[in-house]
Amino acid sequence: MTTLLELDQVEAHYGPVQALRDVSLTVSEGEVVAVLGANGAGKTTTLRAISGTVSRSGSIELAGKQIRGGPEAAAKAGIAHVPEGRGTFVELSVTENLKLGAYTRRDRQVKEDIARMSEYFPWMVERGGQRAGTLSGGEQQMLALARALMGRPRLLLLDEPSLGLAPMIVREFFRIVRELNEKEGLTVLVVEQDARIALRSSSRAYVLEVGRVALTGTSEQLQGDESVRRSYLGY
Amino acid sequence: MNPNLTRVTGFVGFALLVVFVFLLPEWISTFRAQQFAYVGIYLIALLGLNILTGYTGQISLGHGAFMAIGGYTTALLMAGNEQFGQEGLLGIGGGMKDVWTIPIAGLVAGLFGLAFGLPALRLSGLYLALATFAIAVALPSVVKRFEEFSGGGSGVNLFGLPELTAGIIPVDIAGRELVFNDWLYYLCWSIALVLFGIAWLILRGRTGRAFRAVRDSETAAVSSGVSLAHYKTLAFGISAAYAGVAGSLFAIATTFVNPDTFPIALSIFLLVGVVVGGLGGLSGLVVGAIFIQFLPLWAQGEGVASRLPGFIVDRTKEPGAPAIIYGIVLILLMFFLPNGVGGLFRRAGQTLTRWRYSRSG
Amino acid sequence: MVAAAFADFMQQVVSGLASGGVYAALALALVIIHRSTGVINFSQGEMATLCTYIAWTLTVNHGWSYWPAFVATVGFSFLFGVVTHRVVIRPVERGNILRVVIVTIGLLIAINGFVVWQWSGEPQALASPFGTDTLDIGGVIVSVGDIGTIAVTIGIVILLWLLFQFTKVGLALRAAAVNPNEARLVGVRVTWMLALGWGLAAVLGAVAGMLTAPSVGLDPQMMQPILIYAFAAAILGGIDSPLGAVVGGLTLGVMLNLIGVYVDFVGAELKLPVALLVILVVLLVKPSGLFGRPEVKRV
Repeated sequence: MTTLLELDQVEAHYGPVQALRDVSLTVSEGEVVAVLGANGAGKTTTLRAISGTVSRSGSIELAGKQIRGGPEAAAKAGIAHVPEGRGTFVELSVTENLKLGAYTRRDRQVKEDIARMSEYFPWMVERGGQRAGTLSGGEQQMLALARALMGRPRLLLLDEPSLGLAPMIVREFFRIVRELNEKEGLTVLVVEQDARIALRSSSRAYVLEVGRVALTGTSEQLQGDESVRRSYLGY
Repeated sequence: MNPNLTRVTGFVGFALLVVFVFLLPEWISTFRAQQFAYVGIYLIALLGLNILTGYTGQISLGHGAFMAIGGYTTALLMAGNEQFGQEGLLGIGGGMKDVWTIPIAGLVAGLFGLAFGLPALRLSGLYLALATFAIAVALPSVVKRFEEFSGGGSGVNLFGLPELTAGIIPVDIAGRELVFNDWLYYLCWSIALVLFGIAWLILRGRTGRAFRAVRDSETAAVSSGVSLAHYKTLAFGISAAYAGVAGSLFAIATTFVNPDTFPIALSIFLLVGVVVGGLGGLSGLVVGAIFIQFLPLWAQGEGVASRLPGFIVDRTKEPGAPAIIYGIVLILLMFFLPNGVGGLFRRAGQTLTRWRYSRSG
Repeated sequence: MVAAAFADFMQQVVSGLASGGVYAALALALVIIHRSTGVINFSQGEMATLCTYIAWTLTVNHGWSYWPAFVATVGFSFLFGVVTHRVVIRPVERGNILRVVIVTIGLLIAINGFVVWQWSGEPQALASPFGTDTLDIGGVIVSVGDIGTIAVTIGIVILLWLLFQFTKVGLALRAAAVNPNEARLVGVRVTWMLALGWGLAAVLGAVAGMLTAPSVGLDPQMMQPILIYAFAAAILGGIDSPLGAVVGGLTLGVMLNLIGVYVDFVGAELKLPVALLVILVVLLVKPSGLFGRPEVKRV
């Protein structure tokens, strides 16, 4: 399996506060990898470092090329980041949200892709004109995912998708993510508080603690080890 | 920074300022004395505006209107409105001596401030700025319209009135004879220094802390039991009273008020003065007042012209050029000194203290 | 009798719509800037005046005919707006509001000074491209100039609407205005979008200026009352609502005209304070205006 994303000794700061001290991880093409840990461990910051939303140092490579600069550069390189809280453009319509997802694309198949979204999210085409702010939390999460997919990204970053959603909706969301990974080979790096569902949907996981990688292994290993589960994953 | 050290430095600084202020007229011409009198007037207005904007965070682009209220109060109390033929019930008899009108002007303006402060509670940030801007722009037209009270476009003339101390005849104080300009200077600065002291007292106490709490986080202030309505309105009232006193002195200084004496530009310059001087602190405001009075003149070529090559110099004397310079200076100041000159003072003070402590340590 | 009174009334309405169109254009400029950068641009009027002087100098001093000068001025104003945002506003737009307010005030002073310095304070004349004829439509006499003004205003508003609703750039502009962080994540160069917003606003201002100058005369203080009316219109319609700006502007124009003519107490001199009264009343009763949404305070 080829390595798609490689982080090496990445550090990140919020002003004087250091959020990431030394994070190194890899994600291979076609994998779903989870990033777990307690609040404040640096999970969200890791994703922000990859998408260039926070100032960072260290090496971040996508398919062998260094990713530098701000979020615009990361988006152009094919990294789609679904932020914490979904980041839907609440004032704009569903279709406009989808169109924005394809902003960096120069090809002419955007309309087809919007139609293709109906495979996974049939309601989006029907309710294309609806203002995104009037959607439910779960629908907004789906919309955020669809928007990310519209960019035909090489790497999908998901930041705490389960936040504020009912368990049934979270399960449906992750089911779709798994389907996308299996059918289309989408590479996903997902940050989650809900370790249980994240491990069930991923093949490997990293556990962060105070800005460093404390533990890594296959999801089976981590799920199976009771002491790991209790000390690091909370269940 | 060590609070005692700050206090001592503050007192010493203030004492030095007082001494300097009282000695200055000895060294300068009476023309300059008049200019510095205006600096004192602006300082009073800035002290008030600072309480409103620097402390409770309410932006006012209309404090010129409060100055106008104070100015017109003084003018009418001194000259009455028989000048424009009003008699009977509407007639305001004049005849009050100029100095006695000053506290009344402050009071009247302060009441208007309280009255405005109450509905203003509903507005924040830019909306309040716009509302106050609207009032300041509208006031001259309204004043012109109600000429029975205000003398309309021709205004109220104070020149030559016997109620004007040291107007035509120099005044005799403590054995010294003071010409109008010098008398004006001492009047304005005495009041300015007293009001400076009062502002300092208000701000270091519980009221000041409440003001700061309102500015920093209204929600937090409310949950700590600070009554927003009370303190925000109070701040408006106090700042308006200060502006009223300044306006009253302004009227005495120019010996004339008409609707154009207090244009919107004045309100704008007052806000500029507070921001340039540095919000919150009091020391920077003196610089702010100097900025308002002198920068337009400096830009006009007194300072700039002598340092530029020939072909530019001629054009900088043309109308409009000083404004260009003034505007650019303002923008640059906001880029490089976002906390105003007062912020610079504070940083310098902090650096000095650190230096002192590191040496003794 | 009634017909004559009605004809008079309609005439006032039409000329109110014409002046209202100018207020709407400038109000729309203010709204675009406020929506995208959160700034109230106190120098919008002066920027418009400067651009109008450019049009004037092209036609009078360089012999251009009107419409080419108009187009050139539109181009110049766009660049002017973009450069102003990038150079002057961007360094301060994210800090304290006061800092930005003072910067726009500094711009106001500097630009006004520049206009006086370059072209003197003497009033000038800018000829209207529509001429001074009048038309008789069913007994109502309207000036061609007014019709032309209304047409240009409507035209430019429609063009902008098309831009915002149906183009990729327009979508990116809207996204950048409301959610700059999320917009960056999808690859929108937000800073350039904001500069673009300032460019479009400057164009609107220039158009407003070029439509105003023929009737009131071109002088450095020309746009100052118009700016106040534009503020009133923007507040009335909702400071973040483009539709509100247009509706507010037209409504205000008609209303001020009718009040000025039919209410004796007001007359012509109190038009400005009435507009300001509108600002005050709206701010006190419903600060979000007719089309705006009430602001939710974030803790």
